[in-house]
Amino acid sequence: MATLNLVDALSVSGLRKSYEDHEVVAGIDFTVPTGTCFGLLGPNGAGKTTSLRCCLGLTTPDSGQITLCGYGIPAQAGIARERVGVVPQFDNLDPDFTTSENLMVYGRYFGISDAIIRARIPDLLDFAGLAGKESARIQTLSGGMKRRLTLARALINDPDIIFLDEPTTGLDPQARHLIWDRLKQLTARGKTLILTTHFMDEAERLCDRLAVLDHGHLVTEGAPRELIAAHIEPQVVEVFGDEAAAWARSRNSLGERLEVAGDTAFFYCRDTAPLLAALSDAPALRYMHRAASLEDVFIKLTGRELRD
Amino acid sequence: MTMQTPTIYSLPRPGLRWLPVWRRNFLVWRKLAIPSVLGNLADPLIYMLGLGYGLGGLLPQISGVSYVSFLAAGTVVASTMNAATFEALYSAFSRMHVQKTWDAILNTPLSLDHVLTAELVWAASKSLLSGLAILLVIAALGLTTSPLALWVIPVIFLTGLAFAAMGLIVCALAPSYDFFMYYFTLFITPMLLVSGVFFPADQLPAAVHALAAWLPLSHAVQLARPLLLGEVPANASGHVAALLVIAIIAFYIATVLTRRRLLK
Repeated sequence: MATLNLVDALSVSGLRKSYEDHEVVAGIDFTVPTGTCFGLLGPNGAGKTTSLRCCLGLTTPDSGQITLCGYGIPAQAGIARERVGVVPQFDNLDPDFTTSENLMVYGRYFGISDAIIRARIPDLLDFAGLAGKESARIQTLSGGMKRRLTLARALINDPDIIFLDEPTTGLDPQARHLIWDRLKQLTARGKTLILTTHFMDEAERLCDRLAVLDHGHLVTEGAPRELIAAHIEPQVVEVFGDEAAAWARSRNSLGERLEVAGDTAFFYCRDTAPLLAALSDAPALRYMHRAASLEDVFIKLTGRELRD
Repeated sequence: MTMQTPTIYSLPRPGLRWLPVWRRNFLVWRKLAIPSVLGNLADPLIYMLGLGYGLGGLLPQISGVSYVSFLAAGTVVASTMNAATFEALYSAFSRMHVQKTWDAILNTPLSLDHVLTAELVWAASKSLLSGLAILLVIAALGLTTSPLALWVIPVIFLTGLAFAAMGLIVCALAPSYDFFMYYFTLFITPMLLVSGVFFPADQLPAAVHALAAWLPLSHAVQLARPLLLGEVPANASGHVAALLVIAIIAFYIATVLTRRRLLK
């Protein structure tokens, strides 16, 4: 198989998909340059998983153009998927097999010979931090181990592009950090990563570029730092306490923008000195002063109301 | 380099890439083979020997042979039907809906057509093992002696294909395991009683007999029984064609329904 030397690993334009009369993906465009990590963010139901399914050729879009690894999707999806690995949102490892049997059986779906798969298994288990677990039954693995095995399984065909749908949801911080480290190693090896996530720190750490999807539309797209600079004031002061909301509302000129959610007031500021001075005269209030983050951008663009 | 985009109504395009999926199911089966074979063998044999010798002792000859010899062919095809149906219903549904094994496979270069073809052939293969095991016992008991009985082997496989394909339709429609009770109660069990498995179907009222003759199990019985008794079946090509047509049409319907369920 020739190595991929295309400029774009994935390009999507004018993608639309409706179920009955609900438009889940409402005309989105984005491209993912080869060798980069691209994040698709958005609240639940924003259209992330549907977009990924369209990109993999598992769902036929109503309209739009998708090119994956240089192949038109969905017509040539089978060929394109030879070069792709997928870590799905929910683990679907084979519960009747051991870890190495899972990798062997999965590799055969790609038409890879048993000898080649057998040679790859030790390296993959090592990469996933599962060395010595060759013969472990799936039921005996922890949630983090299953996730890592799913990542190893996605690499069995040595893919150029790896899709990860919420790769760290439900994991403890240790397991999450280990996954992040492995994903960084993959980009360092020149792999293209396309991931969806709810964790803004994950997106900020891993992604070269990201897009925010809401109600089927791309709300914004860019590098994490660019998005923060473009959409939000650089400093945030969060003020907590019973009196915080009332106190903040009467002093909303101390920040460029004020948002109140429950008993927390968020001041978005360029210059925090006047606000911090005022806070030093209000000892009943607690506060936290921090730099603006991607989460602030996300909340600003998609709102605070629940989506489920 | 463009290819026509398939729709959910396109004919299945199985190719040969389904083999690794068949092999996956075989590997799982191998781990549980002994209880599986025992279960598939013991139940029908108990019925055949119990009814055949117990009830058969009270009966005169049926169609010119002892009741247990008559019942042997019915037992082979009925257990083939059961094995294929159980696999295409409960096991395939587990892989599709509960374990999401199919979802994992669909992320590889394989398509849903490959998965369904593998499930069809796998369920038929498993029913072949089941039918074959009973055939061996029948031969060992001396209930069949003709070399024509070897032709029952392809009949078993074909019967397995037909029932596997019909089972995959039910699997595609099922919201949960409970749904399968309808299929057994409303279709499989009545068919078992009207298709000539336990008694000659012409004992039934003429209208029921005429209707029953169209059922897939009837075709299988009318092929297997003469072969086990050392005779060439009457209208063999008609029965073979009927089973083939049922298998092909049912598989096409199952493919369309499963695409509608999973590729939406």
